Amino acid sequence: MIVIDHVSKHYGRQTAVDDLSFEVKPGVVTGFLGPNGAGKSTTMRMIIGLDRPSSGQITVNGRRYADLGAPLHEVGALLEAKAVHPGRSARDHLVAVATTTGIPIKRVDETLDMVGLTSVANRRAGTFSLGMSQRLGIAGALLGDPEIVMLDEPVNGLDPEGILWIRGLLAELAAQSRTVFVSSHLITEISAVAEHLVIIGRGRLIAELPVAELAAGAAGRSVLVRSPDAARLADAIRADGVDIRTGADAELLEVTGLEARVIGRRAAEAGIVLYELTPTSVSMEQAFMDLTRDAVDYPAHLAPELAQSDRSAA
Amino acid sequence: MSIIEESGTSTAVSAPPPGRITRLDSSSLKVTQWRVIRSEWIKLRTVRSWLVMIGAAVVVVVGMGALAAAVASGAVTAPTPPGAGGAANERNPFASTDPTALSMAGVTLAQLIVGVLGVLFVSNEYANGSIRNWFGAVPRRLPVLWGKAVVLTVTLAVVMVLACLAAFLLGQAILGDDTSTTLAADGVLRAVVGSGLYLAGIGLFGIAIGALLRNTAGAIAVVVASLLIIPGLIGLILPDSWNQNVSPYLPSTAGQAFTTVHPADTLLSSGAGAAVFVGWLVVLLAGAAVLIRRRDT
Repeated sequence: MIVIDHVSKHYGRQTAVDDLSFEVKPGVVTGFLGPNGAGKSTTMRMIIGLDRPSSGQITVNGRRYADLGAPLHEVGALLEAKAVHPGRSARDHLVAVATTTGIPIKRVDETLDMVGLTSVANRRAGTFSLGMSQRLGIAGALLGDPEIVMLDEPVNGLDPEGILWIRGLLAELAAQSRTVFVSSHLITEISAVAEHLVIIGRGRLIAELPVAELAAGAAGRSVLVRSPDAARLADAIRADGVDIRTGADAELLEVTGLEARVIGRRAAEAGIVLYELTPTSVSMEQAFMDLTRDAVDYPAHLAPELAQSDRSAA
Repeated sequence: MSIIEESGTSTAVSAPPPGRITRLDSSSLKVTQWRVIRSEWIKLRTVRSWLVMIGAAVVVVVGMGALAAAVASGAVTAPTPPGAGGAANERNPFASTDPTALSMAGVTLAQLIVGVLGVLFVSNEYANGSIRNWFGAVPRRLPVLWGKAVVLTVTLAVVMVLACLAAFLLGQAILGDDTSTTLAADGVLRAVVGSGLYLAGIGLFGIAIGALLRNTAGAIAVVVASLLIIPGLIGLILPDSWNQNVSPYLPSTAGQAFTTVHPADTLLSSGAGAAVFVGWLVVLLAGAAVLIRRRDT
């Protein structure tokens, strides 16, 4: 269990994390999602005590990370894959890590086997591809048989086979009832493995919800309505919580917040002809983008019309 | 690349059954200073280039000492300017030098090697980001600094004292009975062992500077400047009266007080020199410790 309690982090005048509070609950895979630069890595560094919060507090299993007697047994973390001396062999690196806390050498070899690096264990880490380095980093995270496994963008730079391997590994870790906390900027990637999502943007919490809820939200979110009398129809269905958008096409409305059957009934009651009544579903990606749109550091500045037609096409 | 692809397929998708994994018991997994020292020892001896540097320092100490003795004894003739005639021996720069100092001639160069090694032992981990691994594994952080300090200092002390003894014995054998001295002579054993310990201290100096600056290039520049450039420069810049009060207290000049058999009048006594040298190391390491505790990593 990781508890993040009103944590902020400033670097000079820049705010990386802004009054963030959430919990990583035991025994489930929690996805930590946000655009690049949202503060995910900073938050992870603060969890294992590498960066000090400017305010607020973080506890791991009820204690500050620095106060844990056997930290590698409680939290196994992969922050950067390439963070290994390039001249040291993979096995020597893991032996040095294991030695700090008395992990038996036998466990090093098992862990190398678990991540599939046994055959290259004595090769210098500097000769490793990104995928192999990523596996070595994961071996380092799993070395201490930790209750909590924390991985920062573990699929970054991996080939499809590596991505499949990570998915299987995360599922396996969850099946062993470990707590898994994994960050990504790709919703499709994270929704394949996570049960729970923590979404941040610009250092702030945007949403904390089960993946199933985001998936449900993604389905049937808006209805496209085509009518020769679009303006009158818009008046007929306008209400609190109903969002009506019009595009360049005067016949077309995009309605959010009303089910298609309700719109159809209102149109019949008002005697308005409908040419088209289409519930649309957006992708998980679109649902995520909608949640984080205001929180992207470097948004692409699309022309409004273009953005509009993009939406109706979705 | 192809190797990993093959082994990757065999272990892909499903991790091995939990039964094959050694479950660890937290009571036996406390992080202790001794364990961190052992870890740092593994880290030191598993990077080949660092072992090569230690070997190079030994070669320099023994080889340059022997060469200087050979030149002084006339076995090897120093190059003479054309037209200078045959008076090579009178012009020999080493002819009147103290025999112990002759055989310790390599220490000046070797100190740069061990100083740079000390810097790299710390700064490489900031450069490649692995310091986050180590501080994640040892969240109290300072055991890592102490571990590095103990491992490198003890290793260099053992190796460099032996190298200096070898350089001394070889150098005196080359000089021959007329001009050589022995370890039993007054101050000689102190100077020879002191030279080895001085080199170990410079390794520690490099660790402290590396931990303070975290940047390899900057820290190496500071080490080279403080050992070679500042001692010379200070004599040029400061008025003589100031120079006399400052110069003996620099790390390298304080070192000379206990690495030479008969310290010059301008130097501290050998005991005071050793105390000042250790004082520098303590202050720099303490500063590094404070910053390591405070800084984000």
